[in-house]
Amino acid sequence: MTPFWVYFAARPLLWIVLTLVVFIFARWLHKRLGGLSVFHPVLISILVLVALLSLTGTDYDTYFEGAQFIHFLLGPATVALAVPLCDYFDRLRQIWLPVLVASLCGVITAIISASGIAWLLGAGDKTILTLAPKSVTSPIAIGIVEKIGGYPSMAAGLVLMTGILGCVLAPFVFRLFRIEDDVARGFALGMSAHGIGTAYAFGISAAAGAFGGLAMGIAGLLTSFLLPLLVSLFGF
Amino acid sequence: MLVGLLILLGFQLAGELFVVSLSLPVPGPVMGMLFMAVFLLVAKRGVSEYLRQVADTLLSNLALLFVPAGVGLMVHLDLMVREWFVFGVTLVFSTAITMGVTGWVLVRLMRRFERGRGE
Repeated sequence: MTPFWVYFAARPLLWIVLTLVVFIFARWLHKRLGGLSVFHPVLISILVLVALLSLTGTDYDTYFEGAQFIHFLLGPATVALAVPLCDYFDRLRQIWLPVLVASLCGVITAIISASGIAWLLGAGDKTILTLAPKSVTSPIAIGIVEKIGGYPSMAAGLVLMTGILGCVLAPFVFRLFRIEDDVARGFALGMSAHGIGTAYAFGISAAAGAFGGLAMGIAGLLTSFLLPLLVSLFGF
Repeated sequence: MLVGLLILLGFQLAGELFVVSLSLPVPGPVMGMLFMAVFLLVAKRGVSEYLRQVADTLLSNLALLFVPAGVGLMVHLDLMVREWFVFGVTLVFSTAITMGVTGWVLVRLMRRFERGRGE
């Protein structure tokens, strides 16, 4: 039994197949439970896959040897966000000023609330700096954290948790702040929960997804300029 | 299908090259997205059918693409467990506040901006 298992576990294919199977199951379960946001497919998939890896004693590097082929598609998928953006370009041209102001408010709120809350809870400087860009898509966040002196390896994990939490919290936030417009919902999701929020926005409507992708891009660009500036101003 | 994928990868490559050569802090695919958006808008020929097909397929399954990186959280499990309170409270409240403020500002301004234009 053991040699047979070792042979397959070393093969990348097994983990691609399992990732797909688990994700399709998670999506089915999510639908079955009436789209309850706590059972977000990404969250369930991660929990099931981590459990599977721990049970079989497989380390993450072995898993990623297979899963990287799925991960790779994130690049072209990001470029593909230009398509819905062009579809809704006329709408964007009508509301460019509100979008610009909301972007600035969103980015500044994200930075100040993350570092402020962590500071109030007594976190150390390095932890605060790692948390500050948590709403930004992970490659940008890692770059920023490296630059301002946090823990880059942890940044990716915090960014992912932010994305998943964003999807879980979205229905409550929309109700609390009375955000009913699809464009505003998508934009708020992309601003606070980057790509994972954008994926969730595409589930609301194509317009929401388009503005989610736009918000994600703007958040990344603005944060990578503003955060290093703020850090040098407040002198950590 | 194949041509659509080639277009996406081509713009990604252009983005990567641009970012690396100017050593910008922005990831290549985000720059590629900007390039393709500008190209599509300037060319004014609309989005071709093969490009749309691939883009729709990728974007409607976008959530799946985050799973492999997400499983990577297991590497930092003990740190997360140790600092769960600071991380948990910060992420929950900061994410909710950011989402709420962004959406709230956009909704209010859109209303005012469009009313101002209508008059």
